[in-house]
Amino acid sequence: MSVETASRPPAARTPRGGFLGDRGRERPAGGFELWSWLFMRISGIVLLFLAVGHVLIMHVVDEGVDRVDFGFVATRWGSPLWRTWDWAMLVLALAHGINGLRVIVQDYVRWPGVRFAANMFFVILGFGLFVLGTVIVFTFDPSRWPGAV
Amino acid sequence: MAKRKSDVGTLYKGSPGQWSWLAHRITGVAIILFLFAHVVDTAVVGWGPEAYDKVVSVYHNWVVKLLELGLVAAVLYHAINGVKIMVFDFWPSTTRHMRPISAASTALFLASMVPVTWIMGLSILRTAGVLE
Repeated sequence: MSVETASRPPAARTPRGGFLGDRGRERPAGGFELWSWLFMRISGIVLLFLAVGHVLIMHVVDEGVDRVDFGFVATRWGSPLWRTWDWAMLVLALAHGINGLRVIVQDYVRWPGVRFAANMFFVILGFGLFVLGTVIVFTFDPSRWPGAV
Repeated sequence: MAKRKSDVGTLYKGSPGQWSWLAHRITGVAIILFLFAHVVDTAVVGWGPEAYDKVVSVYHNWVVKLLELGLVAAVLYHAINGVKIMVFDFWPSTTRHMRPISAASTALFLASMVPVTWIMGLSILRTAGVLE
């Protein structure tokens, strides 16, 4: 399956200087691929805040990952804000990343059977991680381990 | 695979964005592969403090922290380059200024990496025992 794009004549496609004309870069002409194109951009905008914020908060500032342990997570997930943040990030990052892998598989894997198998593998893996993450984010209850926090 | 020739030479050249296109892919794949592992290691928190603290202690190793710096760099690059892509896609006339905008996005990434590398680098050196 190849992606149909709203293309222009090849000569006008890649000028050395940059300007691609008033229609800009190619994008899918319609159907699923156009929705995929739009989804990557919308989820990208949201992840710009969720994922970049997460990375800076958890990995850079305030001793970064050194301060992270069970007690830290228990305190943090005491707030519904962080549970919601982490769950939204889980869903969007998995969907954005697995759709990205699908695009890459489409570019490099030519044999339909292998392409299907690769896509299925990532979709099932992603769904499994979505279920695992969702269950943990919403059912985690530190009071089951008294004295741990 | 068929050899492709571009309009401007024998080497494939998509546009001035060819290298950022490649970097966007590489950082994207790196991030999703890490995410697969990260969902699992975080989920271990549901098995209690003993299990979780054991797992999370992996992140407190200085070699892993070096990889972590790479992860943060990948996320920042992918995010900033993603904004650049959206600027070009949502406002096509901005591709008229593709080179300066691309340069600005690269500069922004490099500038953001200065404090990040400083902060995380100190932590890595402390963990490795080089610094007090």
